[in-house]
Amino acid sequence: MSGPILEMRGVSKSFFGIAALRNVDLTVYAGEIHALMGENGAGKSTLMKILSGAYTPDPGGEIRIEGRPVRIDGPLGGRAAGISIIYQELSLAPNLSVAENIYLGREISRTGLLARGLMRTGVGPMLDRLGADFTPQTLVGHLSMGQRQLVEIARALHARSKILIMDEPTTALSAGESERLFALILQLRAEGLAIIYISHRMDEVYALGDRVTVLRDGRLVGSLDKPEIRADTIVRMMVGRDVSSFYKKDHDPQARRGPPVLAAVDIADGRRVKGCSLTVHAGEVVGLAGLIGAGRTELAHLIIGASPMTSGHLEMEGRAVTIRTPGEALDAGIAYLTEDRKTLGLFLDMSCLDNINLAVLGRDAKLGYILDRDKARDTANRAFATLGIRAANVGVTAGGLSGGNQQKVLLSRLLATTPKVLILDEPTRGVDVGAKSEIYSIIDNSAKSGTAILVISSDLPEIIGICDRVIVMRAGRIAGEIAQGATSPLNQEDIMAFATGPEQLDAS
Amino acid sequence: MPHDGPSQAKAASTAAASGIAAAQETKRQRLRLVIRAAGMLPVLLLLCVGFHFLSDGRFFTGQNLGIVLQQAAVNTVLAAGMTFVILTGGIDLSVGSILAAAAMAGLTVSKLPDLGSLWLPVAVLTGLVFGVINGALIALLRLPPFIVTLGSLTAVRGLARLLGADTTVFNPAIPYAFIGNASLTLIPGVASIPWLSVIALLVILISWLVLRRTVLGVHIYAVGGNESAARLAGIKVWAVLIFVYGVSGLLAGLGGAMQAARLYAANGLQLGQSYELDAITAVILGGTSFVGGIGSVWGTLIGALIIAVLSNGLILTGVSDIWQYVIKGLVIIGAVALDRYRLQGSART
Repeated sequence: MSGPILEMRGVSKSFFGIAALRNVDLTVYAGEIHALMGENGAGKSTLMKILSGAYTPDPGGEIRIEGRPVRIDGPLGGRAAGISIIYQELSLAPNLSVAENIYLGREISRTGLLARGLMRTGVGPMLDRLGADFTPQTLVGHLSMGQRQLVEIARALHARSKILIMDEPTTALSAGESERLFALILQLRAEGLAIIYISHRMDEVYALGDRVTVLRDGRLVGSLDKPEIRADTIVRMMVGRDVSSFYKKDHDPQARRGPPVLAAVDIADGRRVKGCSLTVHAGEVVGLAGLIGAGRTELAHLIIGASPMTSGHLEMEGRAVTIRTPGEALDAGIAYLTEDRKTLGLFLDMSCLDNINLAVLGRDAKLGYILDRDKARDTANRAFATLGIRAANVGVTAGGLSGGNQQKVLLSRLLATTPKVLILDEPTRGVDVGAKSEIYSIIDNSAKSGTAILVISSDLPEIIGICDRVIVMRAGRIAGEIAQGATSPLNQEDIMAFATGPEQLDAS
Repeated sequence: MPHDGPSQAKAASTAAASGIAAAQETKRQRLRLVIRAAGMLPVLLLLCVGFHFLSDGRFFTGQNLGIVLQQAAVNTVLAAGMTFVILTGGIDLSVGSILAAAAMAGLTVSKLPDLGSLWLPVAVLTGLVFGVINGALIALLRLPPFIVTLGSLTAVRGLARLLGADTTVFNPAIPYAFIGNASLTLIPGVASIPWLSVIALLVILISWLVLRRTVLGVHIYAVGGNESAARLAGIKVWAVLIFVYGVSGLLAGLGGAMQAARLYAANGLQLGQSYELDAITAVILGGTSFVGGIGSVWGTLIGALIIAVLSNGLILTGVSDIWQYVIKGLVIIGAVALDRYRLQGSART
């Protein structure tokens, strides 16, 4: 192999005296997929932003591209140096066509007029090479997330980038789209591109990574070559300690399982949920697995009254109940953790105190209306202590917290209502490893205290690790149910078999 | 593991460091809140002092300050209601028309022989009814607030003219006329405060109590901050919306009553024309975010005072009526630009 395409030596960056990155080295070769891992706040995005030119590194370090020292200045500097970044939130204009997006900022013009035809023919071969199933004229707004990612990649290749940085590219993709993306990444590697791949997902890093570099607290922990890549090694490097009992499940499902609490009987919404029945018992953690689009979130929304039920009914502790709004669900003792905490869960401008107490303000109020601020403060402080929320105090705004702490604030709001049923939709999405483990303990403790818990998750190891029983959905229906037995532990193959099903064409 | 010790120590030290950083962050947040709340107070004081010198010392006199407070009163009441609405991310363009309709209804009732003294509650209730209708259209039919209140701006103005058969209604013997023209004596012969201003300050105080000390207040901020999340958190968003437009209507009705008591008369066509603009201006000057969720009613009070001080000061300094418009407009843009500049990075509007 020739010399490295990218070499960073002793790169540091601090903000107002707080070091975000300390003396980090990174070496990347052409034709390799280099996975970059670390908890949230470990310095991955700072490192990326230095490479893209959004941040200027502190003096002292050195960046070489193909052996030559470079200075990357301003957002165009990264592109000029041959580095392209594909962010989690894609940066495409939905109102423009594919060709216009690829040429954005470098439009071709003839005597001052936009040469649309030339631009279209210019990107055609590139899209073919990437296996695109859409034309250059298509509006980006009409494309799926996976297709948009392809446009981003085409834009990077079109700018003749030699280094492609991908930041959690699969978070918004379905399983099928992810598969296609992986094939494409491998193809790009074969063509000699260097790819820096940032991900929280161990299975992706296994499948793709030629080398793994781990950051922690802004420092380089180390790099692993392909044969050394092992989940436990990486996790240990990321958190700095052994995470032997990563999935917490101290409660004994058989001994703890109480009477049925929540039962849904043949419920449907006339669109995505086509007649589902399920029961959750007190003290039990039930997983709801299935592919993206199988209707799991829609089923949860139906149970809590966030969308109208067209048929079927709900029972709480054996009695039929009518739930038309999320407020009525809370009154009935059903609390729901949304999968989209920023747009559907938290109030980012409000304090943690208000966020935590929002659902119990009425219950705790004096004379029914006047806020009981001492009680609210107690509730919030207790939540901070028991859930280990790390923030200066309960008065800071929720928007400033890390993903894991935000999730715990949202969980505190639900737990404050002392629910009988807890429905958790992707409880650990976008949360770092340490906080994940803590959220698992919270779930386990709630189950021990007798709460019935339904966990929706696309992370199969998580489902298997924390659940007593798994219900699998496919195309709006319950496809199957698997119980955790002493002799037959849950396994991914059984769940996937139900999730994909024999008649895959039915999954439209 | 051998390297566990140092790494734990390191973790502890970074935790401590992040604790300090977090504490600094809270301090910064608190400072921002104070700046945001105080916001335009320095501008207000600067204007007062500036006008005092420009008018050869005629601004800071007991009599003139009384006039400023009285002139600010009605707009303060309207702007308090507008603060509720804008905190939810909405807008109420109909307050000027509602004020006129309420004043007309009040004056008409005040001329009835036996029921005359009921005119005050009638005016306030008229405002409440129109406000609740606005709120119901917005909350239940899910129509955009701008459109609904733009419609009622026109429709209610028509109703106001209808109430007096398109004439000016007079009642020189209107009951409770003292609230419009008399003052509450604080220290006999030394200090007094117009009743209109007393009402305005009470409205601000009650609004603050509702917004900051009640469950409903938190719900109003929550709806403005993130409506979908509020719905999922079990908040009855429709009820909150009807409440805020109801409050805005009710306070517009109160404003109508205040005007009626002051003028002993009302005209459905002329009264309250473009008052909504002054009310919105006061709220924005007060630092309330136009997208909702951030702001305080104390800021609104300062905003309303700035508008009144500007009008008063420009008259004192003898600026012509035409230039008053130009200067007021520029000061509003400049003040908000200054505010945004100072709060750069934290403001979302």
